[in-house]
Amino acid sequence: MTSADFFNVDSSLSEEERAVRDSVRRFVDERVLPIIGTCYVEGRFPKELIPVLGELGVFGANLPEAYGCAGLNNVAYGLIMQELERGDSGIRSFASVQGALVMYPIFAFGSEEQKKRYLPKMATGEVIGCFGLTEPDFGSNPAGMITTAKARPDGSYVLNGAKMWITNGSTAHVAIVWAKTGADEASIRGFIVPTDSTGFSAKDQKGKLSLRASDTSELVFQDVVVGASQLLPQSGGLKSPLMCLTQARYGISWGALGAAQACYEEALAYSKTRVMFDRPIGGFQLQQARLADMLTEIVKAQLLVLHLGRLKDAGTFTPQQVSLAKRNNVSMATDIAREARRLLGANGILAEYASMRHMANLESVYTYEGTHDIHTLVLGQAVTGLSAFN
Amino acid sequence: MKIAVCIKRVPVMDQRLPIAASGIAIDESGLKFDVNDFDLWAVEAGLQLKEKLGQGEVVIVSLGSDAVQEQIRKALSMGADRGIHLKAAAVPPDARVVARALADELKPGGFDLILFGRVAVDVSNGATGAMVAQLLGLPCVTAVSKLEIKDGRGRAQRELEGAQEMVEFPLPAVLTIDEGLNRERLPSLKGIMAAKKKPLEVKPVTLGESRITVRRLQPPPERAAGRIIGEGSAAVPELVRLLQTEAKVL
Ligand SMILES: Cc1cc2nc3c(=O)[nH]c(=O)nc-3n(C[C@H](O)[C@H](O)[C@H](O)COP(=O)(O)OP(=O)(O)OC[C@H]3O[C@@H](n4cnc5c(N)ncnc54)[C@H](O)[C@@H]3O)c2cc1C
Repeated sequence: MTSADFFNVDSSLSEEERAVRDSVRRFVDERVLPIIGTCYVEGRFPKELIPVLGELGVFGANLPEAYGCAGLNNVAYGLIMQELERGDSGIRSFASVQGALVMYPIFAFGSEEQKKRYLPKMATGEVIGCFGLTEPDFGSNPAGMITTAKARPDGSYVLNGAKMWITNGSTAHVAIVWAKTGADEASIRGFIVPTDSTGFSAKDQKGKLSLRASDTSELVFQDVVVGASQLLPQSGGLKSPLMCLTQARYGISWGALGAAQACYEEALAYSKTRVMFDRPIGGFQLQQARLADMLTEIVKAQLLVLHLGRLKDAGTFTPQQVSLAKRNNVSMATDIAREARRLLGANGILAEYASMRHMANLESVYTYEGTHDIHTLVLGQAVTGLSAFN
Repeated sequence: MKIAVCIKRVPVMDQRLPIAASGIAIDESGLKFDVNDFDLWAVEAGLQLKEKLGQGEVVIVSLGSDAVQEQIRKALSMGADRGIHLKAAAVPPDARVVARALADELKPGGFDLILFGRVAVDVSNGATGAMVAQLLGLPCVTAVSKLEIKDGRGRAQRELEGAQEMVEFPLPAVLTIDEGLNRERLPSLKGIMAAKKKPLEVKPVTLGESRITVRRLQPPPERAAGRIIGEGSAAVPELVRLLQTEAKVL
């Protein structure tokens, strides 16, 4: 991808980071790109790729080797997300949920027994997870959630409530469910809930026009009993799920870059071969401006996430910096996908080309993990010290 | 079973390869490099043999500057056990000089099999493997497209024009691997991390004198422009005539 690496960002990557990127890139070229257009049209997540992704080692790749993970740094992890989303946001979403929203909370808030029990099998993809925070009436404001977990005298809990828009919801073996054990948001705790528990049901959300190659489901808990051993012991308050979201948003800011690169590359190639008015359309100033703008935004986004990754590896990054990166990169990618689609003319509306698929996908990415607006407010609060939420 | 695989660092072929100002080499700045494709299939063959037998060692050997360590580590990340870097300023154009250095290293190694790629895609010599076999006095089978090792003997298949040749040979032997034997595995992310901890021995080598010198490197001649002889069905008779008389393909 030398044309998209206009600033030779590769030279700032270590040999190992490049090797990781190259392996995942080839996986995407060989296994994802040939089928993803069809999967998208059929509204099917390519489950057959899960064991292959597990063998490659992408799930929770930045978690320690002691739990069966690859133990990569955060830049390498980001590059994995970039390459997966160059294929499709649905594939990257699967990996984000599995790694950052399920394995990470077990790693960060789980007991040693839970980590040993779940992480190695999740790394290989034998056990699949989902993350249930959003509810029908509480999206941007999860503090208001109404799902409850009532403690019983024997230490177990009874869950009641519903979660909506849950990625991997119908595919998962376990769900990380966030629920209130008391009245306020400080009482929010996380639970590892087996999806075959009595009273647990998942229903596919029909009619999606975005992220079609992804399982998005609604979860309902009706008197679901979970043992004390399924509580994430170190979880406490809304802060816990928000910490997971920071991990996932970090990956998304890399992922969106991959989608943007895919669209730019497609538009660039098309502009050189499509002849109109006796000239490749890339020879017209209007299309050159389009391509120059895309390239500029991609380079800026690349440098942004690379620096963010180095900060994360140094242990000094802040959630607000992640908000800025998610907000900028996803917005940039949605714009590029739309411009690429337009450059492709009528062909641009076909599933045979990637740009419109990315364009539609990125609308979900723009909305989930904190909408663009919500990250605007996070940044507003960070710089003014005044909260627009309360 | 002890298997050595000799690999070469080459520029990735789907990029433009500009000729350097010296006029005798390509300009390597900004180029992407990888393990020679045929050598990757040799590495894969070695790994599969080891896995099938459930025991053994796969040793990667590469000659060149420090840069080749990246390619050795790639082979290690695929699963090879250890690497040997024969350190030289550059790879000389005389295959025999390279073969001599490799043979000196391989000779005391006690290898049952020494694998090469059929040809290096950058210089297209295809000579090194066979020369090493000659220097070590070992049987050599080139362009292997199927391979089976059993009870100290090997059976290999080679694709000929219009035929497939089956050969048998005793071990130890030198093989050069052709396309079609296998498809190399992707280095897994854990494999990439593990490769950093595997032994990679660096051995400076003094190369013999190269009897071959590259004098000039030039881009291939531009292809002549095509000719439009007409349009639609009216042009067909003339097209057929030219295909018969000029192109002589009909
Ligand atoms: C495909 C997909 C997959 C998802 N996967 C998951 C998952 O796996 N797990 C999970 O828990 N959730 C998931 N979500 C849910 C997602 O996180 C929520 O949709 C998101 O948080 C927004 O919530 P909402 O849809 O209820 O929108 P709302 O919160 O209702 O927002 C509607 C609009 O109002 C704006 N808005 C809200 N509050 C303010 C404010 N204070 N000021 C200004 N504007 C405001 C928003 O920006 C938005 O434009 C997924 C969503 C999608 C689309």
